[in-house]
Amino acid sequence: MVTASDRVGAKVSQPASWRRVKAWLHRHASARGYFLLSPTLLIVIGLMVAPLVTMIGLSFATQRYLAIDYSFSLKNYWAIFEPAAKPAYYLGIPFYLHKPIYVILLLKSILISLVATVVVVLISYPMAYFLAFRVKKHKLTWIILITVPFWTSYLLRVFAWKIILGYNGVINSGLLSLGLVDQPIEVLLYNTPAVIITLAHAWTAVALLPIYVSLEKIDRSLLEVASDLGATGFQRFVDVTLPLSLPGIIAAGLLVFIPTVGDYITPTLVGGTNGIMIGNVVQSLFTKGSNAPLAAAVSIVVIAAITILVCLFLWGIGPDRLRRQKA
Amino acid sequence: MKAVMRPRIDLLAVFAGLYLVFLYGPVLLLPLFSFNDSIFVSFPLKGFTLKWYSQMIENAALRAAFANSVKVGISVSVISTILGTLAAKAVTRYNLPYRGAIVGFIMLPLLMPSIILGIALLILVINVLNIEPSLYTIAAGHVLICVPFSMLVMISRLEGFDKSFEEASLDLGASAWSTFWRITFPLALPGIVASLLLCFTTSFDEFLLAFFLAGNQATLPLVIFSQLRLPSQLPSVLALGSCILMASFIIVLFSERARRRGVP
Repeated sequence: MVTASDRVGAKVSQPASWRRVKAWLHRHASARGYFLLSPTLLIVIGLMVAPLVTMIGLSFATQRYLAIDYSFSLKNYWAIFEPAAKPAYYLGIPFYLHKPIYVILLLKSILISLVATVVVVLISYPMAYFLAFRVKKHKLTWIILITVPFWTSYLLRVFAWKIILGYNGVINSGLLSLGLVDQPIEVLLYNTPAVIITLAHAWTAVALLPIYVSLEKIDRSLLEVASDLGATGFQRFVDVTLPLSLPGIIAAGLLVFIPTVGDYITPTLVGGTNGIMIGNVVQSLFTKGSNAPLAAAVSIVVIAAITILVCLFLWGIGPDRLRRQKA
Repeated sequence: MKAVMRPRIDLLAVFAGLYLVFLYGPVLLLPLFSFNDSIFVSFPLKGFTLKWYSQMIENAALRAAFANSVKVGISVSVISTILGTLAAKAVTRYNLPYRGAIVGFIMLPLLMPSIILGIALLILVINVLNIEPSLYTIAAGHVLICVPFSMLVMISRLEGFDKSFEEASLDLGASAWSTFWRITFPLALPGIVASLLLCFTTSFDEFLLAFFLAGNQATLPLVIFSQLRLPSQLPSVLALGSCILMASFIIVLFSERARRRGVP
């Protein structure tokens, strides 16, 4: 954009103020950079920051039947965290809350995401390792083969599991027609494991690339040194390869964990009532419950919980160690 | 060394094979059952039919939704690619302070759970701006998640060629404008094509933001989602899903090839 006006400027006389701005942009390279960046930054601010700020504002309002009372109130947060004398139990943990559903479902969503993230990393790592160290020919084809599913419809990938795990689905009907079972297995669909398997499948393509990149970047001579010094293949992996690929594992973990906590499609399609997650609650509060302020407050609590967890995690790993890995 | 590692190579290769089956198997069931002559998605297969595809083509609601999705997808991919390219040029060509923070900020929409983004955008649209949700609001939501992809593609493309090409052109007396059109643009073109294609398929496939931001005109994923509840519609959803998967597959294949063209 600057380049365009530069040329025009040479021919047409312009107001002095604009010329001064241009001269200033010409002198300050980083200002020119920010000038180029500004449309994109404005879009992200307008479409992400502004909505989030609005949502924070709305979370302090109150729904009164059909209208929203915009006077400041902490009622929604009180509704989420209001204490009660009698505890509700989830996984043996007592929750002394009046309406424990929000906190319990948040915890459940976090646990589901955590397990799914671990599963994703465990299945993606060997594949990334294979790609980085074993594949010599047609590497590009392999990479494309692995990344294509990432770009295809998430809805359809999740839907595929619904037809696999369903009561009359692929697994059950397959087992029946092979004569391995007499009647369909009911426990396949509409539960937490179904959600975890589906999430693992849908997100593994996201995790694979960061892990692959971190493995690919490892200086091969380090591995040769380890072998020359007598390390076995396993020792070499544990002491050299694994620590050096840690940044990739962490990036992959965060890329999967953060968005899946609030996932809506997977629990809706394969979770049933048993596999419900916090995203379902937010959605139903917003539409069916028509309580947008409370939905906003729950969303803010979800974002806050994720942010705190991620910060704790990164702090636990230690920034020094991360930096050392990079260097 | 190779002889010692022989058994592990095999194990990993076996895993890689299983992984590919896990990755593609479930998705390939959609086309498989879309040709199956039965309303139920179950084994054993009953026979080959194309009737679900003809049913799909005859469905007027699907055709309208398809047109909407294409409209949104094309506008989103053009807008996102322009914004992504500008941002990528800024961060690769200028030595910006806070570069990492800025790139991270633009990438942030990818990390946010879509449901929260969708609800927050809808609150802004309805409660503050007082706009009726429409295809425009869907497109706005999609631009937000497509810009990061476009920027990433363009950064890797622009980093791939040397700044000195542009400098040489300027030193040899070309104007900034002709340097852009004759040096920068042709070199960046494969990246731009890749970005356009990836943004299009991202927007075309996106469900959750569209779910919240849609007015009375639906996009294709919304129609698919609403028809998932109706068992009688399931086979034609399978047919539609197969077509969408096929289209995405081809688009992504082209885009990945374009993106890597001429990169050492």
